[in-house]
Amino acid sequence: MDLQKLIAAMFLFALMVMPLAPLQAQSVRPPANAVNQGINEQIGDEQIGTSNTLGTNSRSDYWRDLRQGRDGLATSGQTGSKLIQAQGEQWRNIRKLYIIKYSGWVLATVIVMIALFYLIRGRILLKAGRSGKTITRFSLPHRTAHWFMASIFILLSISGLILLLGRTVLVPVIGKSTYSIFASAAMQGHNLFGPLFIVALVWLIFMFIRGNFFKMVDLKWILKGGGLLGPHASAGHYNFGEKGWFWLVVVAGLIMAISGMILEFPWLAENLQLLQISIIVHAIGAIALISAALGHIYIGTLGMEGALDSMTTGDVDVVWAKEHHDLWYEEVTGQKVANPEAEGDQSAPDRAQVSVQSQITET
Amino acid sequence: MARMKFLCDAERCIECNSCVTACKNEHEVPWGINRRRVVTLNDGKPGERSLSVACMHCSDAPCMAVCPVDCFYQTADGIVLHDKDLCIGCGYCFFACPFGAPQFPQAGNFGSRGKMDKCTFCAGGPEDDHSAEEFKKYGRNRIAEGKLPICAEMCSTKALLAGDGNIVSNIYRERVVGRGFGSGAWGWSRAYTSDGLN
Repeated sequence: MDLQKLIAAMFLFALMVMPLAPLQAQSVRPPANAVNQGINEQIGDEQIGTSNTLGTNSRSDYWRDLRQGRDGLATSGQTGSKLIQAQGEQWRNIRKLYIIKYSGWVLATVIVMIALFYLIRGRILLKAGRSGKTITRFSLPHRTAHWFMASIFILLSISGLILLLGRTVLVPVIGKSTYSIFASAAMQGHNLFGPLFIVALVWLIFMFIRGNFFKMVDLKWILKGGGLLGPHASAGHYNFGEKGWFWLVVVAGLIMAISGMILEFPWLAENLQLLQISIIVHAIGAIALISAALGHIYIGTLGMEGALDSMTTGDVDVVWAKEHHDLWYEEVTGQKVANPEAEGDQSAPDRAQVSVQSQITET
Repeated sequence: MARMKFLCDAERCIECNSCVTACKNEHEVPWGINRRRVVTLNDGKPGERSLSVACMHCSDAPCMAVCPVDCFYQTADGIVLHDKDLCIGCGYCFFACPFGAPQFPQAGNFGSRGKMDKCTFCAGGPEDDHSAEEFKKYGRNRIAEGKLPICAEMCSTKALLAGDGNIVSNIYRERVVGRGFGSGAWGWSRAYTSDGLN
């Protein structure tokens, strides 16, 4: 009996206490959704307490927060609510101390290296001489895509370099007022033709991606140093250097396109920092592309006999094809190319006369 | 030579925006451009403060350093001015400026920002003093008239101070001592480095 009474009493007590439990919890602290009165609002690590309402503290942390770029509420002006934009100083330093300084040196070094290469290695001539027979390397759409990109690239490179290095290089020579006209034209031209680069890039990727994937033969080509200084390195339609150039254009070109669009249409950027980063990335990408393009232009014109034909008429000499893209020649004509190192230079023209393939045309 | 400086006393600014309005009126600043702006911190909360901000005429001015056409120059008084005939409207000064001072008349698509406009400390530009050209491009040249910037001159609470840096800081120092709090001349540590002009 006593035990039953005790259990019943405990049960009744529990029933009475249970509804009270949440109330007790509530009374200890305000609910999570309670409105903070702002008395103890956190700013950085500092708690601005009630004393601050009366203005009795020196607020050094408050001012430090402002210096580091804390937001306020703008009641006028177009530049927003940030009192101090602290990244501007960093941007200025990166641009001045690294980008402008080193981009000039990088380009100068590349030009000197190409000149040295020309002096040491000289023009890469066709060992067997021109045969007069040609083989089609690039169709008209390929060449159009190439020259469309080339013309826009050169225009953007020159205008971009005027803007990047003009103050250092051109102002001391032609003076501020003349340079200002050049810079204005360069900027307007750069902004106007910039979007065409994206069109050219997409077109170029579609036209040239076939055959530009890396294969095992490229590894052998690398091991042989591309045949620039030593023995011939076998290559298909594109050698490793051309493939590398293609993928550099794709990757760096896409980076240039994205950063360029952000700069072209500033409302695409959520904040100023994205614009600052875009300018730096755009400059680095530009220097990388221009440096590589200088090498590309050299080897395509002065550096190698017969190479330019592929982008002018589209038809290259069969000797050129055999000496530089032997695997491609074999694939197109179905003929084996004798190893010039083993059989000597004279064998090549004989082979070309064996049969007249549809791809080979007399000129 | 005096070193001209701005100082805004956050304990006095009442966010009335009269400095912005007076500046616009004095210089006939085009629509959409404010050379000065007022920013309120902790709006509607205890400890609310407002500050009027424009070009601070920095000692080692970032805009001067980054301008691709080198269109900025600093007067003997430390006032940072620019030549709108040289400006190409690239916006680099705005990327570098800590105070958001450079203003552009257009939105910026295809680089069409137009020529930059900013606070001149009421000191005009490179054209002849009081010429029509100068007024059209840069506004009134009050410094050449022997007057100080209009924004500070008409500030009703004298929160915004402009003039010789030594006099400005003496006035502010007296205030801080008098009221016993509120030191922290906003922006000075960033704008004015030791350059012999202080």
